Amino acid sequence: MQTPAIQTPAIPADAAAPTTRIGQPALSQRKILGLVVLLVIACAVPFLLGNYRIFQLTMALSYSIALLGLNMLTGFNGQISLGHGAFFAIGAYTAAILMDKANFPYWATIPVAGVVCLVAGFLFGLPALRLEGLYLALATFALGVAMPQILKHKSLEHYTGGAMGIVIIKPDAPEWLPVSQDQWLYFFTLAWTVLLFFLGWNLLRGRIGRALVAIRDQPIAAQAMGVNTAMYKSITFGISALYTGIAGALAAIGVQFASPDSFNFFLSLTFVVGMVVGGLASISGALYGALFIQFIPNIADDISKAAPWAIYGVFLIGFMYVMPGGVAGAIRYLRHRWSKS
Amino acid sequence: MELELLLRQILSGLATGGIYASMALALVMIYQATHLVNFAQGEMAMFATYLAWTLMQAGVPYWGAFFITVAIAFIGGVVIERVIIQPVENAPILSVVIVFIGLLVIFNSLAGWIYTYTIKPFPSPFPSQPLFGNSYVGSHELGSMGVTLVVLLLVFGFFRFTPLGLAMRAAAQNAVSSRLVGVRVGWMLALGWGLASAIGAIAGIMVAPIVFLEPNMMGGILLYAFAGALLGGIDNPGGAVLGGFIVGVLENVVGLYLGSEVKLTVALVIIVGVLVVRPSGLFGKVHVARV
Amino acid sequence: MSAAMDGSILRVRGLRAQYGNTKVLHGIDFDVGKGGITTILGANGAGKTTTLRAMCGMVATQGEVLLDGERIDGKATESIVRMGVAHVPDGRGTFLNFTVEENLRIGAYTRKDREQVQADYERIYAYFPRLRERRRQQAGTLSGGEQQMLAVSRALMLKPRLLLLDEPSFGLAPLIVQELFEIFRTINKSDGVSMLLVEQNAALALRLADHAYLLETGRVVISGTAESIRSDESVRRSYLGY
Repeated sequence: MQTPAIQTPAIPADAAAPTTRIGQPALSQRKILGLVVLLVIACAVPFLLGNYRIFQLTMALSYSIALLGLNMLTGFNGQISLGHGAFFAIGAYTAAILMDKANFPYWATIPVAGVVCLVAGFLFGLPALRLEGLYLALATFALGVAMPQILKHKSLEHYTGGAMGIVIIKPDAPEWLPVSQDQWLYFFTLAWTVLLFFLGWNLLRGRIGRALVAIRDQPIAAQAMGVNTAMYKSITFGISALYTGIAGALAAIGVQFASPDSFNFFLSLTFVVGMVVGGLASISGALYGALFIQFIPNIADDISKAAPWAIYGVFLIGFMYVMPGGVAGAIRYLRHRWSKS
Repeated sequence: MELELLLRQILSGLATGGIYASMALALVMIYQATHLVNFAQGEMAMFATYLAWTLMQAGVPYWGAFFITVAIAFIGGVVIERVIIQPVENAPILSVVIVFIGLLVIFNSLAGWIYTYTIKPFPSPFPSQPLFGNSYVGSHELGSMGVTLVVLLLVFGFFRFTPLGLAMRAAAQNAVSSRLVGVRVGWMLALGWGLASAIGAIAGIMVAPIVFLEPNMMGGILLYAFAGALLGGIDNPGGAVLGGFIVGVLENVVGLYLGSEVKLTVALVIIVGVLVVRPSGLFGKVHVARV
Repeated sequence: MSAAMDGSILRVRGLRAQYGNTKVLHGIDFDVGKGGITTILGANGAGKTTTLRAMCGMVATQGEVLLDGERIDGKATESIVRMGVAHVPDGRGTFLNFTVEENLRIGAYTRKDREQVQADYERIYAYFPRLRERRRQQAGTLSGGEQQMLAVSRALMLKPRLLLLDEPSFGLAPLIVQELFEIFRTINKSDGVSMLLVEQNAALALRLADHAYLLETGRVVISGTAESIRSDESVRRSYLGY
C-alpha cells in the first residue's frame, strides 16, 4: 500500500492567526519590544546605506505588502491565486495614469489604487467563488498570462502608453525634511507597510482571521456554523487585491515606470515563491519572502540570467517536501524547540 | 477576398488547433488519472523540443531526432511522475500546485540556462512551398495537422484496443477496482505521464517552426490548451481534442476581426467563461463547484 | 505444520485490523479449505467486510494470512490479486464507464492464456445470458442484479484460486439470488474455486458453505461446519435470527 511521503498539510494547522487570550494583551511584551527595535532599525537604515540599496529595500517593502495580500487569500483562506501580478499591475498603472494624465500628486494615488483593486478583486472573486482550488488556480493562471497583452491593447493605449508604458516623475521629499528623494520614497513606503501590516494583523488575529482559516480547512463545517462563506471569500479576494494593488502603486512610484512586460506571468509566480518561502498563512512570512525575492535575483544573476528561477523552482519543490511552513514556520518551530529545552 | 482571408485563418487555425488539441489531450490524460492539472506540461514540451534541436545540431537527421526525442520525453515523464509527483499525490491541493509550478519554473530556467534566451529557428520536415501552390495553407501547417491527426488516432487506438490502454483507462476511472484485477495503478499513472510528455514533445516540435524556439514559446500555447481542454470537458479526451481545434479556429477568427493583440485575452475569456457558466465543458461530467 | 498438508487454501491466524485509530478486528482465526466454501456471518459492523479487505491488503493489519502456505499479509493489493485471489467487494466496484465486455476484459488483464480467456468469455455468457445480451452496454446502465453478475463474472475472468465475495445477495431479488448461488455452487464444484463468502443472509450462506464462522464486534464467537451450525437451533435463534 502506498503511503504518501508527505503526511502533514502544507499549511500547518497552527500557522493560522495566533489566538488571543482574553484579558491579556495581544502581543507579549517581548514581541512588542522586538517590533519596536525592528522599526527603529528600519528607520535608521536609509541613513546608513547608499541610494541603490535604499531603493532595493523600498522595493522589498512593497513586495512584502503584495505578499501579505496574496497570503491572506491563499495562505489563510485557501484560495489559490497564480495571477496576483495582475492586481500588482492594476495598482501600478492606476498610480502611473493618475500621475501622468490627471496630475495627481503621488501620495494621493495610493488610496485610489487600493480602491480600484479592491473593486477589481471583489469582482474577480465573485465568479471565483464557484471554483475549487485547482480550477481557481487555472483561472488565475490565465489571468496572469494574459495580463501583459491586455495592458498593451490598442483601445487602452491612450492611457497605458501601450507597449512603451508610462514614465513618471520621481517625487521630491517634502521641503521641511532633510532627506534625499530615495530616502523619502523609502519612508513613504515604510509608512504604508507599517500601516497595512498593522491593519492586516488586526484583521487576521481576530474572529475574521479564524473565519478565513475555517473556510480554508473545513468549508462545509464553517458554513454550517453560520459563517457566510461566499461573502468572506469575495471580500478576502478584494482585500487581497487591495493590498497587492497598493504594493504595485508604491512600486511604480519607486521605479517611476510602468510597462506591460514587467507585469508578466513570472511576476505572479515570483509572488507565489515569496509566499511559500516566507511561510504560508504567516504575517512575518511576508517580510522574509519579500527579502528573498528581492535579493536572490541579485545574487543569482551573477551566475546566469536563468539562475534565479532555477533556484526558485528548487526552493518551491524543496519547501513543499521539507519545510512546508516556510521560513516563518521554521523559525516558529525552532523557537518552540528552544523554549522547551 | 474577405472569404479567402477568413478561409485562410480558419485553415491555419485548424493547424494550430491541432497543436492545442494535442496539448489538451496530454492535459486531460493526466487529469483523468490523477485529478490534477499539469501546469508544467508546456515547459516540459518546450524542453523536449530543445532536446530535439540539440540532436539536430549534432547532425542527427530530422526524423531520427524526432523519434529519439519522443522516446526520451516518454521516459522523462515516467521518471518525473515516479520521483517527484507520486510523493505529493495525496497532499493538499496547494502543495501539489506549488510542486507543478516548481517544475514549470525549473524546466523554463534550465532551458534558458543551457540554451540562452536567444530565439532560434527550428526546422520543419515539410517543404517550404505550399502544396499545389495553393494560397490558403502552408505545407508545414498541413503537415503538422497530418502529424497531429496521426498521433491522435494512434493514442485513441491504443486506449481503445490494447490491453495496456484498457488498464490505463481502468486505473484512471477507478483505482481501487483496478487493483482488484491486478492492475499496478502506480505504474499506470507513470505511463500516463510518459505518454502525455511524449505527446507534448511532438506538439512542441510541430509548433516550433511557427513560433520559433525560445524558452517562453509554450506559455501562450499552454493557455490555449487549457482553454480547449476546459471547453471540451477536462475529463473527456475526445472533447478536449475537439475543444483544442475550436480554440485554434476561434483564436484566428477573432484575431482577424478584433486584431491579433486580443488573442490571449480570448483564451482568458474562454477559460473564465467556461468555468463560470458550464464548468464541465461541452462534453465533460466533472464537478468544479463548491457546495 | 505446513498449510499445504492440512488442505487449506487460506489460513488466517491472529488477524487484527484497524482504520486509523479504530480497531475493527481483534485477533481472528479461520481457514478456507482447498476447493471448499467458508462463510463468515455476523451483524452489521461485526467486521466481515474488513476481514475480506484485509485478505486483499486494503487495510492495515497485523497477524498472519497465508495463501496456500505463502504469507500475503502486508503485500500490495495488486500483488495478492496476481497470486490468484479475486475479490467482489461490497458496492461491486464495477467500472461504470466501461461496457460489459470491457469489464470482463479488464478482469482477464493479468492472464496470459489467450485462448482459454476466449473460452472463459463463452462460459461466463453461458452462466449469465443477460450479460451476453448487454455486452456492448455501459455497465452503469445495468440493473443492480446484472451489475452483481457482472462483478462476479469479472472476478471469475481472473481464473482465481480463491474467490472473496462480499454480500453478493445484497439488494437483489430472491429469484436472482437463487440463480447466483446456484452458479456459485457450480463454479465451486466444476472448477474447484475455493470461496470465502461474507453474508448477512445466514440461511442462504449456510446452505452453500461447508464451514462457517460467526463474527461479533471483531471476534470469532462461533465456528464449525455449516451443517452443525444449521442444525443447532439455539445458535440459530440467538445469533442468526432464524
